[in-house]
Amino acid sequence: MPMIKTLLGQVGRYRTAALLTPVWTAAEVVMGVLIPYVTASLIDKGIGSGDMHNVLRYGGEMLLIACFSLLFGILAGRFAAYSSTGLAANLREAMYASIQRFSFSDIDKFSTAGLVTRMTTDVSNIQSAFQMLLRTSFRAPLNMVTSLFMCFFINARLSLIFLVAMVVLSTALFLLIRRASRLFVQIFEKYDALNAVVQENVSAIRVVKAFVREDHEMSKFDKAALSLYTLNVRAESLMALNHPVLNIVVYGCIIALSWFGAHYVVEGSLTTGQLTSLFTYIMTIMSSLMMLSMIFVQLTMSVASGKRIAEVIEEEPDMADPADPVRTVPGGQIDFNHVYFTYKKGGDNALEDIDIHIKEGETIGVIGGTGSGKSTLVTLISRLYDVSEGSVQVGGIDVRDYSMEVLRNQVATVLQKSTLFSGTILDNLRWGKEDATEEECIEACRMACADGFIESFPDGYHTVIEQGGTNVSGGQRQRLCIARALLKRPKVLILDDSTSAVDTATDARIREMFARRIPGMTRIIVSQRILSIRDADRIIVMDNGRVNGFDTHENLLRDNAIYQDIYEMQTSGAEGDFDEKEAMR
Amino acid sequence: MSNAPGMKMRDGGPRGAGLSREDLKKGLGRGSTVWRLFGLIWKEHKFRLGLVVVCIVVSSLTTLASSLFTRTLIDDYITPMLGAATHDYAPLLRVLVKLGAVLLTGVAASYAYNLIMIHVGQGTMKKLRDDLFAHMETLPLRYFDSHAHGAVMSVYTNDVDTLRQVIGNTLPRLFQSLVTIVATLTSMVVLSLPLTGISLLLAALTFFVTTRLGKLSKKYFSARQENLGKVNGFIEEMVSGQRVVKVYCHERQASEQFSVLNEALRSSVYDANRIGNIIMPINSNIGNFGYVLLAIAGAVIALEGGPLTLGSLVAFLTLHKNFTRPISNISNEINALAMASAGTDRVYAMLDEPSEVDNGNVTLCNVNVSSVGNHEETTERTGAWAWKDPQREVLAPLRGEVSLKDVDFSYTAEKQVLYDINLTAYPGQKIAFVGGTGAGKTTITNLINRFYEIQDGVITFDGFDVRDIRKSSLRASLGMVLQETKLFSGTVLENIRYGRLDATDEECIAAARLVYADPFIRRLPAGYRTVLAADGGNLSQGERQLLAIARAAVANPPVLILDEATSSIDTRTERLIQKGMDSLMKGRTTFVIAHRLSTVQNADYIMVLDQGRIIERGKHAELLALQGKYYELYTGNQIV
Repeated sequence: MPMIKTLLGQVGRYRTAALLTPVWTAAEVVMGVLIPYVTASLIDKGIGSGDMHNVLRYGGEMLLIACFSLLFGILAGRFAAYSSTGLAANLREAMYASIQRFSFSDIDKFSTAGLVTRMTTDVSNIQSAFQMLLRTSFRAPLNMVTSLFMCFFINARLSLIFLVAMVVLSTALFLLIRRASRLFVQIFEKYDALNAVVQENVSAIRVVKAFVREDHEMSKFDKAALSLYTLNVRAESLMALNHPVLNIVVYGCIIALSWFGAHYVVEGSLTTGQLTSLFTYIMTIMSSLMMLSMIFVQLTMSVASGKRIAEVIEEEPDMADPADPVRTVPGGQIDFNHVYFTYKKGGDNALEDIDIHIKEGETIGVIGGTGSGKSTLVTLISRLYDVSEGSVQVGGIDVRDYSMEVLRNQVATVLQKSTLFSGTILDNLRWGKEDATEEECIEACRMACADGFIESFPDGYHTVIEQGGTNVSGGQRQRLCIARALLKRPKVLILDDSTSAVDTATDARIREMFARRIPGMTRIIVSQRILSIRDADRIIVMDNGRVNGFDTHENLLRDNAIYQDIYEMQTSGAEGDFDEKEAMR
Repeated sequence: MSNAPGMKMRDGGPRGAGLSREDLKKGLGRGSTVWRLFGLIWKEHKFRLGLVVVCIVVSSLTTLASSLFTRTLIDDYITPMLGAATHDYAPLLRVLVKLGAVLLTGVAASYAYNLIMIHVGQGTMKKLRDDLFAHMETLPLRYFDSHAHGAVMSVYTNDVDTLRQVIGNTLPRLFQSLVTIVATLTSMVVLSLPLTGISLLLAALTFFVTTRLGKLSKKYFSARQENLGKVNGFIEEMVSGQRVVKVYCHERQASEQFSVLNEALRSSVYDANRIGNIIMPINSNIGNFGYVLLAIAGAVIALEGGPLTLGSLVAFLTLHKNFTRPISNISNEINALAMASAGTDRVYAMLDEPSEVDNGNVTLCNVNVSSVGNHEETTERTGAWAWKDPQREVLAPLRGEVSLKDVDFSYTAEKQVLYDINLTAYPGQKIAFVGGTGAGKTTITNLINRFYEIQDGVITFDGFDVRDIRKSSLRASLGMVLQETKLFSGTVLENIRYGRLDATDEECIAAARLVYADPFIRRLPAGYRTVLAADGGNLSQGERQLLAIARAAVANPPVLILDEATSSIDTRTERLIQKGMDSLMKGRTTFVIAHRLSTVQNADYIMVLDQGRIIERGKHAELLALQGKYYELYTGNQIV
């Protein structure tokens, strides 16, 4: 399976330890197997014949073997822990690195919660499975083979009993497990279904209560819980058969061994001590078989985890830097040349035949209804997605020819969802420029009209932002995000609905600041508010993935039906907005 | 994809390695929830558990019989025959047949108790899950506000599952180990007293070593937990902000930070597992040492002419092995119990949460209005509603008058959210709330339907205190479109029908048409039968809101509460649905929260809220004329 190759490929520098673990385990097993053999001599030549000298001799041998067994056991344990935790660390590292290579469309594919589960629970499942693989799954067959070998060495004829028993037992176990693992797969699905109901109820409890649907939900849950119960009982009952099957085989062996053994001892072809060792070996052999079957079940269960991990590691980023990338962005002009774009191959066009040309230093407004393609349009400029057809050029060069890092530093995008990270305000701002001085940061905040509220905090620029930026308001968060982008000193600045939670007056002041302080920077402002874009040099009106109009405010107001519509709605009746978008973010 | 918790594998190392005596005491002390769980199991499965005890005793005794058989075989059958001239195997055959019968009984007994325990274990889990869920549905919203969703989920997945381990495995093993120890010890004493002494010493050594190692690994274990938490937190934050990482080309720094945390986690997991992994070889070799020690001691006794036969010694050696195993088992299982107690604690903490208070007796019913204007209760859906007050035996027709009098409210003791709210919505009126974030608009609507309980004042609905109305009736009479749109997995049609479970397909489609959701639904791959991903993930925010409005429309409630119901619908679409919304609101008392003026301006009354107080109220034109807060919000201009 390619999945296994991917996972094992991550063992990396822990390979030596991983390979040595079975060696130590083997040594430990050999020691363990020798003990009953020596015991036989101890009983026969020492205790049986009343020879104290022999008792001490064989006892000494046994102690020595036990010492080695202990040593090897400890080594095996250490090496197994070392290599399996190493594999786990490498897997996390590889997944994380792979996520860093993800393009925006890859991020769309995996949910955040899903990725977190993959990097935590799934990895620890694989870690346990790998450790088991290294220790137990070598121990069990080795135990079995060496014990069997010792049995044949002691008495080949009697050992045939074991061979028959082994065949019977392994067939039975195989049949059982095959059926059980099929059930386990189904149980996985049922667990998911049950969790989904709980999840939905926890997050949508207001809807449930508002519609008085508690009973309805309970019956949904009950159904999921019942089918989980039924399947679990079936699977476990099946697995419970393991024990009686094993026991019957073992007891059958003991009885057969007693019968034939007694004959041989009486005939003189077997000693009493040897007979007792055979009893010990038979237990070892059968319990090894049992252990093997358990390992098999556990490994089957970890296959799902392995697959989920491999999926992330194997994900090929659908975007890469060209072989010889352009490393400078010569200018801030932007050209869309007959651009078509779809999010999913074969899906509907999100953008159709976009052919617009923006001059350096221009301020462009973008407006249009929900789903008209405003955000999609601007994400193409910094190559967050690749066009399906046509081309996008920045500074006269196709965006696909740039090094992505250079392009994204020069085309700064402030995303719709304003995300801050835990750390101080300064830490967050310095994402824009790693070595920015405090003065530079303050300057950027001034331009984004963020200086006022930051200075009102007792710790000012050293205020610690909590995870998710929950301790600042939506409007404050948006302004910090704008300041962070400004620190890049980009040639193009894109604001994707980034002032929606900022009040109208401050919004206007920010635009005024831009016009005064960074006039050469090409600015693209996506907004739902006419007010935010009406004074732009030109305005793009998006409709259904197409450019419906691209002109100045005055011209659009005269010629463009959609623009007139939006304008009328937002101004004639009222400004139409109580600056309340914040609540939705 | 979620990880099926039942399938979770055990981490390397013994369970519970790393519990101190305090942990044990806390986990298994008198008041521990573990005992409460056992009590529940005992109550539900008395008969079954009794059977299990019988079966375990039988099975342990037969195991003992089989280990003692080696002695019988050697001493009573083989050794006599060695010296004898004639070999009569008939007695051996008879005893083997007898043994076979005993062993089979043992196998049957152990299979039986395993099966019973599966039913007990899974049955208890199902009962706990059902109880948890049923109880969760009754919990007040406060509970969900103050508990992380992940933590609530984990009660169902991780915690309930640990219990299964306890019920299905730990309990029977613990009991079996005890039985085995007692039975084995008895036989050992019978065989040889001095050897038993040695054996006990060895067992004590095993117990001591296991405990010591456990303590050692506790240190590493807590370091591991801490590092695990850090890594989880980092992944969660960075992965959810991955788009920003990309836009800022911050990949290298992010990877570097991660590597540091990841390495710390690896090294602490290694330390913890290393200790865990050596417990087994140490224990098993203590067993080997013991074996040699006993063999030598036994030989000495035998050679000195002590009362020990060869068969007895061999049997004793086997018994010794059987004796040490249950002892280390017991220490493991006790640790497992203590660990599980954390899980039972959380399960019972949730079950012990007080339910929503619902002492109302007034219920809502459908009525037929007779020609003379009398109201008569009916089970049909007539569209006419009435309140049924058991004390008055009269049906009061539902009119839709909602009034708040001197209402104060706070979510937490520290911060009051609403002050002295007074307002009355007369039947059919449209009341709008406007104001900044945190002004308390949503809170007011959440008080009307009793999502939260007010601290002071009174809220009445058609003259009844809302606390006297049964909650299910109160909420059924209020159609709500909530600020945060939530949909359920299932088809579009099923989601609309959530508003009224007995609505026909036609009624659902009609509702969708009314609120202009029909056009986009028809464009979906399978139209009304399109299956939505969890929470409608494959729809846009605006589309989800349209569905939520359709859901409320199909419910056809007497009173409507629209909380930012159209906030994500673009202005053009909003105008299209306006007609539908208007007809939906017609004749119904409606509470509207909106930031768009178009939605608000034709309200009968607009309430302007600021920091929990109604600071202005009136019609649109009046408020504008006032040149106050409303004017300021509306024009975006500060008044100097």
